[in-house]
Amino acid sequence: MSNENQEVIINPRQSGYDPTRALTEPPMVRFILIALSLLFLGLFLFVPLAVVFATALEKGIQAYGEAVLERDALSAIRLTLLTTFISVVLNTLFGVASAWAITRFQFPGKNILITLIDLPFTVSPVVSGLVFVLLFGLQGYFGHWLADHNLKVIFATPGIVLATVFITFPFISRELIPLMQEQGPEEEEAGMVLGASGWQIFWKVTLPNIKWGLLYGIILCNARAMGEFGAVSVVSGHIRGLTNTMPLHVEILYNEYNFTAAFAVASLLAFLALLTLVAKAFIETHAQDEKIALPPAHEQSRTP
Amino acid sequence: MKKYTWLLSLLLLFTPLSFSLAETGKVTLLNVSYDPTRELYQDFDAAFAKYWKAKTGQDVEINLSNGGSGKQARAIIDGLEADVATLGLAYDIDVIAERAKLLPEDWQKRLPDHSTPYTSTIVFLVHKGNPKGIKDWGDLVKPGVSVITPNPKTSGGARWNFLAAWGYALQKYKSEEKAREFVTSLYKNVPVLDSGARGSTTTFVQRGVGDVLIAWENEAFLAVNELGKDQFEIVDPSVSILAEPPVALVDKVAAKHGTTEVAQAYLQYLYSAEGQDIIAKNYYRPHSKSATAKYAKRFSKIKLFTIDKVFGGWKKAQQAFFADNGVFDQIYLPGK
Repeated sequence: MSNENQEVIINPRQSGYDPTRALTEPPMVRFILIALSLLFLGLFLFVPLAVVFATALEKGIQAYGEAVLERDALSAIRLTLLTTFISVVLNTLFGVASAWAITRFQFPGKNILITLIDLPFTVSPVVSGLVFVLLFGLQGYFGHWLADHNLKVIFATPGIVLATVFITFPFISRELIPLMQEQGPEEEEAGMVLGASGWQIFWKVTLPNIKWGLLYGIILCNARAMGEFGAVSVVSGHIRGLTNTMPLHVEILYNEYNFTAAFAVASLLAFLALLTLVAKAFIETHAQDEKIALPPAHEQSRTP
Repeated sequence: MKKYTWLLSLLLLFTPLSFSLAETGKVTLLNVSYDPTRELYQDFDAAFAKYWKAKTGQDVEINLSNGGSGKQARAIIDGLEADVATLGLAYDIDVIAERAKLLPEDWQKRLPDHSTPYTSTIVFLVHKGNPKGIKDWGDLVKPGVSVITPNPKTSGGARWNFLAAWGYALQKYKSEEKAREFVTSLYKNVPVLDSGARGSTTTFVQRGVGDVLIAWENEAFLAVNELGKDQFEIVDPSVSILAEPPVALVDKVAAKHGTTEVAQAYLQYLYSAEGQDIIAKNYYRPHSKSATAKYAKRFSKIKLFTIDKVFGGWKKAQQAFFADNGVFDQIYLPGK
């Protein structure tokens, strides 16, 4: 980016009087700050992203198509979408229920619940995966019972889903708790006084109030579920075409010296991530239209 | 209309889910293998499926899982349902027999040649032109030479590497103490330990770390062929170890799946003429005399010693060198 362009960004009204000018930093400081952040963004975000797409398309569209439509790749895509879908549905239910319980009721153990919700953020994903191996592995606590009943949990789809649900568990409730705290229980109390039933209050008062925050949480949860590597790698067993999710499939292709295919599948993941960003931007503008402030992601909640 | 925009966006989020899972009624086998066999078993599985279809009329699908040999053994013990295990060294299958009791302890006697249908050895991969002049094990301990090898705790290949170096030193200096000194200074030249052989190859070949990679012979051939003969070359040391990666039926899992018969045929087919041919084509040293003669040019004649002769077998070697607080733990101090 040239210097002139940046100058335009910094000072759109070069000739006229700018009332904000006296109140902010000197132009030099502003210029350096903006240049620094653009440089940083370019180096650490844009360049890697461009490399992913460039390497993916290195050998042409046909090679790209073959890599993405190959049997193992399709099965990885299918498994990733299935896992993500189940995780998002389960965590939406849990997120709404826990946020409701925490912001609307007083009960013993509430602080413990709030702390426990954050657990998946603080535990290393690899450890989360190992926990499930210890629980459901053949040498684990439930291993023999599961084997006797011919049920497979780890090294199969259920284990991958479990690990992903665990990892993405806090996203939605963390999004909703501050929002519902801020809104307070008044509108719901009004509904109750007017004789609405619990479900009526939920569908007609609570849900419309939290819908944008909820969608925002769903999107974050969705993004993380698709990209999870560590925990899933531990419980997957790496069976080609069966238990490899997209990130694991990318690793395998890379290890096979199949760089074009590896980056082709990686570019699909990147594309899904970009879609998620678009959805996020869409939701943010809509939320603004309706004058609902979205809480910053993962804001620490205060206990009322 | 606007009221439902958010519901609509929720639905749109999940539209790509319209895939369906297709189930068919064929036999499936799971082969849990170590790192460098991906290409070998991709070729072999296709050949076996054809053979089995012609012989019995049954379709067979073979699924493959690759990883560090020790890690894969751990996964089978934890319940990864492998019908056959084709790992990097006998001890990893011993552990499965010992801890999970999924196969009898004398498993290695069930197939010819200690259940090893192919062997390999340990060689060096260096940059084109061999800029550091590496010719033998002795050159690896020179100051300023950076050596890449995986972690013996998790990788079978790494354990063969370790024992090959130890065996060389033992032959040269005729003393355990000197051998220990030699291997200690060798591992001082190792900047990073990957968990599997393929990880180390990627570190050396892709990321360009290190001057020499200690690798399976087949892995070194593959790297040279896949990534260009103009970048790397193979150096054969004066003496190396005969690496014997064994194969075994995991009895209890196969019995549970009802696949014992096809799994046994799968392993036996590795010893057949076609199996041996595929093995040699993938740069493993074949077991049969005819395939050995046919591909004699491909493999150089390195003096090879066996683990049984020099170290008294895998159980002893594992106990002495790679168990907790064994020799490897004592000599490898990262960053020192």
